[in-house]
This record gives sequence, C-alpha cells and structure tokens, in this order.
Amino acid sequence: MGRPALRLRWGRALAPYLLVLPGGAWLLLLFVLPIVTLAITSLQSGDFITGFVFSWNFANYPLGLQIYSEQYVHALEYGGSATIVALVVAYPAAYWIAFHAGPRKSAYLLAVLLPFFVSFVIRTLAWETLLSDNGPLLAPLKAIHLLPEDVRVLATPVAVTGGLAYTFFPYMLLPIYASLEKVDRRLVEAAGDLYANRYQVFRRVILPLSIPGVFAGVLLTGIPAVADYVNQDILGGVGTTMVGRVIEQQFEVNTNYPLAASLAFILMLGLLAMLLVYQRLFGTEEIMGG
Amino acid sequence: MTRERDLPRYVEPSFLRGLTASRITRRDALKGAGALGLGTFLAACGVGGSTAPSRVNWVWDKATKTGQLDFANWPLYIDSTQDASGATTHPSLDQFTKDTGIKVNYSEPIQDDPTFFAKIAPELKLGQATGYDLMVITNGIQMTNLQLKHWLVELDPAKLPNFFQNAAPRLKDRSYDPGNRFTIPWQSGFTGIAYNPSLTGREITSFEDLFDPKFAGKVGMMDGNQDTGNLTLIGMGINPQKSTPKDWQKAADKLKKQRDDGIVRKYYDQTYIKALSAGDTWISMAWSGDIFQANLSAGNDDLKFVIPVEGGVIWTDNMCIPVGAAHPLDAITYMNYVYQPAIAAMLAESIDYVTPVPSAKDAIDKDVAQTTDPAAKQSLQATAGSPLVFPSQSEYAHSYYYRELTPSEAGQWNDIFGAVILT
Amino acid sequence: MPAQALPRDPARRPAAGVRARRRFRLGSLLLPAYTHLVMLWLFAPIIVMVLYGFNNTHGRLNIVWSGFTLRWYANPFSIPTMTSALVVSLITATLGMVISTVLGTMIALAGHRYHYRGRTILDAVMVLNIAASEVVIGSAMLTLFISASMPLGLPTIVLAQVMFSIPFVAITVRARLAGFDPSLEEAAQDLGASPLWTFLLVTLPVIFPGVLAAALLAFALCMDDYVITSFVSGNTLTFPLWVYGATRYGVPPQVNVVGTFIFVGGGLVAVTGALVRSWRSRRLAKEAAL
Repeated sequence: MGRPALRLRWGRALAPYLLVLPGGAWLLLLFVLPIVTLAITSLQSGDFITGFVFSWNFANYPLGLQIYSEQYVHALEYGGSATIVALVVAYPAAYWIAFHAGPRKSAYLLAVLLPFFVSFVIRTLAWETLLSDNGPLLAPLKAIHLLPEDVRVLATPVAVTGGLAYTFFPYMLLPIYASLEKVDRRLVEAAGDLYANRYQVFRRVILPLSIPGVFAGVLLTGIPAVADYVNQDILGGVGTTMVGRVIEQQFEVNTNYPLAASLAFILMLGLLAMLLVYQRLFGTEEIMGG
Repeated sequence: MTRERDLPRYVEPSFLRGLTASRITRRDALKGAGALGLGTFLAACGVGGSTAPSRVNWVWDKATKTGQLDFANWPLYIDSTQDASGATTHPSLDQFTKDTGIKVNYSEPIQDDPTFFAKIAPELKLGQATGYDLMVITNGIQMTNLQLKHWLVELDPAKLPNFFQNAAPRLKDRSYDPGNRFTIPWQSGFTGIAYNPSLTGREITSFEDLFDPKFAGKVGMMDGNQDTGNLTLIGMGINPQKSTPKDWQKAADKLKKQRDDGIVRKYYDQTYIKALSAGDTWISMAWSGDIFQANLSAGNDDLKFVIPVEGGVIWTDNMCIPVGAAHPLDAITYMNYVYQPAIAAMLAESIDYVTPVPSAKDAIDKDVAQTTDPAAKQSLQATAGSPLVFPSQSEYAHSYYYRELTPSEAGQWNDIFGAVILT
Repeated sequence: MPAQALPRDPARRPAAGVRARRRFRLGSLLLPAYTHLVMLWLFAPIIVMVLYGFNNTHGRLNIVWSGFTLRWYANPFSIPTMTSALVVSLITATLGMVISTVLGTMIALAGHRYHYRGRTILDAVMVLNIAASEVVIGSAMLTLFISASMPLGLPTIVLAQVMFSIPFVAITVRARLAGFDPSLEEAAQDLGASPLWTFLLVTLPVIFPGVLAAALLAFALCMDDYVITSFVSGNTLTFPLWVYGATRYGVPPQVNVVGTFIFVGGGLVAVTGALVRSWRSRRLAKEAAL
C-alpha cells in the first residue's frame, strides 16, 4: 500500500475521509442506527393497540428463546446442512472450471451466474413445480417403480435444504473458484515433479491453498441460509419453520415488535458469535478482498 | 338470549320471520353484538355504541368530489379482460369512470389482512394518509383493530341508497360492524373443504375427513389462525362465537395431534390451491371461489368444494375508507355504485365468490341469454347456478362468522393456534 | 507459460506425463460430466420458468400443463399491477446501482490509496452488514423508520437497497484495485495531472471492469431483493414482492415471460461483456506481439 509520504498536504490528509464519508455515513445511518433501534425496541413492552414503551423489558429474550427454540434449531440444521451440500457440490465443479475448463473458463462462470439473474422467488417457485409429488422429477421414477408411490420431497426438510443450497450456490462456488484460480500452477507442477501423484498434489498443495476460499464460501452461504425463510415457506412443510419466518411473522403479522426485535437480535448475536470465531481462525481478508 | 339469537345470525330475516314471527331491528342487532362481547367492548371504546359522538357529518360536510379514487384491493379480486391491445382492463371500473367521471387508480397491494394492516398501521398511527381512499378488509382481528383505533371513516348512509336497497338483508346485520357504520361488503366466501374425488377415492362430507390417517401427508390445512381455528371449533360442534379459551385449547390439541400423526402435509396460505391442483394434497381446507378458478384454469372439473356437515366458516371482505383519505366522496360513490345489480353481476361473473347483491343473478341470467359463445355461456351459467356465488339457505344455515376477538383475546387466540401452526 | 520458468529434470518428465495422462482420462470424463450436471441443476428451474411461459392455461393458475401457446408473449405487460411493480423495481434498482456504485467505489479507493483512521471499523461494519442477515437488517430498518416516523415507500426502499449494496460494491472494486500499482497514479501526478484527471485518465480505466461488475452486481442485488425490501416497502410493490404475493392466487404466465426477458436480457449483457473483454485482450495481445 503506497502511502505518499511526500507532499502531505491538507487535501491529501482529508482525501480519504472525504472519499469514505458519504458511504460511511450511509452505512452508519442505515445499518448501525437501525441495529441500535432494534436493540431498544427489543426491550420495550406493551402491545400494538395501546402502544409500546421502553421499559428495560429483558423478558422478551428468554420468552423468545423459550417459545421458538425449535425454530432456531431448524435454522441451524437446514442452514448448516445446506452449506455443506453447497460446498460438496461446488468444490469439484469449481476445481474443474479453475484447472481444466481452459479457454471456456469464463463461459462456465457466466453459466453459474446466469440463472441468478432471475428473481429467486421465481426460481424457488419453479423448484416447487419440479419437486411436486407427481412432478417432472418424481413421476417418472414412480412410474418405473424406482420410488414407492408415497415418497415425497416437497414439504420436507430435504426440499428446504436443497432449496437453500441452490439459492446461495454462487456465494459458495465463486470464492472457492477464486482461491483455486489463484493457486500458482508452478507449485502444482513442482509437486508433480517431486513424485507426488495427482491425489497427493490435490491433498497437499491445492486443497490447503483453497481453504481460505472454502471458508469465505461457508460464511457467505451459511449466514444467509440460516436466516432465510422464503425457501422454507415455499418448499417446506409441517415442522420446518425457521426462525427467520417467525421474526417476519411477529413483525408483519402479529405486530409484536418487541418480541420480534428480540428474536432478530438473538439471531444476529448468534451469527456474530460464529463470525468472531471465524475471524479468530482465519481473519476476514478473504471476504473483504484484502 | 332470545330464541332467535340462538339461530345463525346471518339467516335471511324473511326466513327468520317465518320461524319466529319476530324481526331483527338494528337495535336488536346491536344488543346481539353486545351479548357476544365485542359489541360491549367496542361501545366501551367509543366505537360501536350508540352513545359515541357521531362523526358522520364532520367528514361528509366538507367532502367534495375530486374525480379521483385510490382503490386498494386484493390481487385478482375484480373483473378483468384484455382489450384489443392486450392490456388488462377492468370493465366495471371503466364503466364507473364513464358514468361518474371519477378516475380509479386501482392497485392490488393486499395479500392478506395482517400484513396489509401492519403496513398501513404505522402511517395511520402517525395520522398520515395511507394513500388509499378505499380498501377491502376481511372481518376479523384487523377489522376490529381498525375500528378500535378510529382509523375508519364513518359512512354516511344517505350516500349509500343502492346498498340499502339491493344488499342481501343479512349483510345489513353483521356483528362486527353493527349498522354498517364503517363498512359495507365487497364479496363474501366460505371456508370449507376442497378435494379431488379421484384421489381421495370417496366423496368428502365431514370435517373429520381431514383427520383420516388414510390421507396422511396429503392433507392441507390453512396457516391463518382464524380460518383453521374457527373451522376446527365448528368441526367439533362448538359455535365459535360462544367458544371460550378452553375450547380453543381443545381445538388446538386436536390440530396438534393431527400434525404430530403426520396427517398434515403443510399449513398453507392461499398456495394450498397450487398443491391441490398439482395433486400434492388430495384434500384441503379451502375457500369457495378458488376451486371454481382452479377447475377453470385446468380446464376440468377435478376439484370439488364442500361445506362440511358440521358447518363451515363464512367471511366477508368489506370496503372501508381509512381516515385521512384524500377522496372520501369519490370512494363512497364507488361503494354505492357497485351495489347496482348490473355492476354486481359484472363482478360476480369474474370473481366467483358470494356476491352481496342477490338480484345480480337476474342480470347474469340476462347475460347468459345474450351470449353466443358457448364457452362463455357455460361459464356464465356455472356462475349463475353456483351455490357458492348465490348460496341457498342450506349453505348459510350451517356457516358461522369468525369468532370475534378483543385485542387481548386475539393475542391469546394467536398464541394457542400459532403454537400448532407455526412450527 | 509460467511453468516453463522452472528448471526441470528432463529425465523425469515422461514418467510424470504418462501418469498424469492416465489419471487425467478418468478426471477428464468424470469431473466435466459432474460439472455439467451441476450446470443442469442450476438451470433446471430456469427451464421450468421458460417452459411455463408457453403454457396455454385458461384461468388464473399456471400449474397444470395445458398445451403450447405464444399468446403470453404477444402481451407480456398486460397486467398493469405487475408492470407497475416491474417499473418500481427498475427505478429502485437503477438508483440503488448508481448511488451504491459511486459510494462503494469511493470507499474502495480510499482504502486502496490511503491509510485512514476508522478503516478497521468501517471494514468491520461492512463485514457485519453481510453477516447480520437480511431478516435482521430488514427488521432493524423497519424499527428505525417506524420510530423516526418515516413513511415507508420508494425512498425507504432505495435507502435500504443502497445500504446493503455498498459493501458488495466496495469489495468487488477493491478486489480489482488489489492488482493495481499506485505508483502509476503518483507518476501521473508527478507529471502534473490534477487528482481528478489522474482518476479519470489513469485509475478509472484500470478499475473500470471492476466498477462495471460491481454495478451489475448491485443492480442484480437490488432487483432481486425480497426480504429487506419487504420490510421497508410499505405499500409499494417491487417485482419480487408482487410475484411472491401472486403465488397465493396463482402466478400468471406473464411472470414467466417477464422472467424470461430478464434472464435473456441479463444474459445478453453478461455475454456481450465477456465477448468484449476477450476481444480486447486478444487485440492487446496482438498489439503487444507487433
């Protein structure tokens, strides 16, 4: 990072602050401040009709955890397994694109991104159609008796997990691809020259070098997947409600703002804790791009 | 409680008269609502009681026609056709503009009552205009809240002659808005059971069919606390209006067992219709008008709708004017306008829920006679003959409105049924 | 190419090459097949969406296949409320793209060229922003707007969309800047260029692909956002909100048609961009060869 130590004029000294000011203020006013009001709201009591008052009402927190612990668990369960699924699906594909797709590399990357130009609501609805009990995927399998008649995917945790893995897939594949792409080909060659077989090359050289990408992918996929509720709403069934849905319902339907705010705050603190652990282990450079 | 109070309260007064040689007056209606609890509550809050100072003149004295109307409705809840250029038009709205010179800014922002209420409430709370002059709200918790918070403009009966002349008599006696002070109906509908006979393998008649283990994983229930809670109470032989929190808990326990036994596939919002059409569910709680539409879309008659023998829910979506509306006179002009039988027929032919104007049937019959296109003719005949558009006494006889709930009761109700549904 | 820089033991080469080739055969079948399967998975819902845009359905539901028709393509914008929601989305996405691209790029530039106080905090806020999850941010903003008595609508949508886009833009542009030598800028300034001209003539051309990518990303994020927008939109409907609402009544085939348009439009933009880039790099290579 070249710091122009010479000619340190006022303009120079002020420049970074002027550059950062508008965007930083925007983030401060519309991200930091809302989080503060969320915290304040979570300590209010009262109801919508008579009005809410701030009263250090910490009771919202144990209440929220007590009523909706199951939904928090669902969120971790489905969000977590979706992240693993996305990782397992994305890594080999990213590997192949990075190392073997040759000149068509960018075409493949484009193909990964293209479906995501279409609104994810529409895509999730299309999955609903595809996974239907007698839909284009299951009906043929049932017709040739590969699957029993009463098997279903829709309205199960499997559909929710798959939907989440699909929705956030590019967030997994792209960082992995980026880190694989960065792997110095000379290192790979050198390992080969040193009698490492392909498996060993992968195991000892490529995999370790791609780990930052894997962790960035896990973070970028896992967090939105844990908090999502649209997939669960469209693809889930009985007993698959995730906590995001509960927060949304408490805000938008029951207008119980304090309880909703405390639920959201718990979710945020949980995700934050995971992020801190992550940062301790790997730093955040990989997401922030240096 | 007199004898007539024990009868369903929306029974045609003429029918009631024949039975009891008595007559419901508006005062009776108010008393009746009071006996049900909510009326007392509303009166105490200065909303429904006759002691509340009337605000009618306060609004209407200075209201003038502006030639504009901002109308918030539910999606696909009005007549529509495509004109030559392919743009969707709403003939009844165009007709209205032609007849009155009022341009309608029609929008469909209401996807369900709670969400819409939550969206307009912050503005109303601040005393700001919602941007709407007319909105369609279902009788229920949000309707109660709107009245409790004084967020609806009180209607001037003198400006609604068509309503008083043409509306089905039972619509002038609704416990959630006695005397039509704040609302008049847009359309009504039933909550009952829809099924695909070729999949269930038998005709469905009873609420208990929703609990048949044979249909495990193929049963759809609704995610709305009001519909599911009330239909279950009715299915258990409990009149919702007279039900207590203890009854609610019993109903919730029954639903919980159904859920835990793996019988329920999912608690659906209106997407139940998609699951039913796709065969993902064989039998489902349903709203009457949807089934007609689903069959129409698929070009078949696969789905059937039935009001269970134990009884069904009837609900009414109501037109009302939020306070702060910029064009109230244009709004009430429209409310009155749609109570002409010809206009009500235009709407009914497209919407297929229960029209508030019984005499619209004659207008539809006239249209049937004039139509030459056989498909259109058949569709119109289906509408005119449908008991779900023009219900007979037997449909009404065992249907109940949602349990009316004070805000604290509503909280209790939502907690009890939410614990089953939102899992 | 870079590999040739390494000295090699010629005696070892053939053996390593043979081994690699044998392994490569398996990999050359399995991995690409797998990658293409992943591609198929990514495109599956898009195929459904496009297909059902040709469904000759008669009522308001578009679930059961009832034959082929082109009539939805004849009048794709025939539903006024859907069209106005689409217009709202285009407006907010354009505004969100322009504002967040400018602000995010400024943040990226500041971080690249200068050290300034508070950078760690700003970076932390941006990571937190990504980590806080949409449902928390959306609900937090709602509590802020409610307590500040701000009417919800188009302005609040833009405020929110710019907010969540800024970090993505900053990260994307920063990634592009990472490979950029600041001494080029210093050289320009030493030659008498003002900071503005330095930016326009030196910095911008270098980072332009990154800025463009960031802008596209911001546009896509704003266009597609459902969760945050649903909290802060009040009664204003964007396209995803309209579609989600329409699921209750049956998504009309026009949604599939418009979705197809968006997909094809976005695809054309992306493909054109990729072609231009490869054409430019080929021309540059040619010029360098001359």
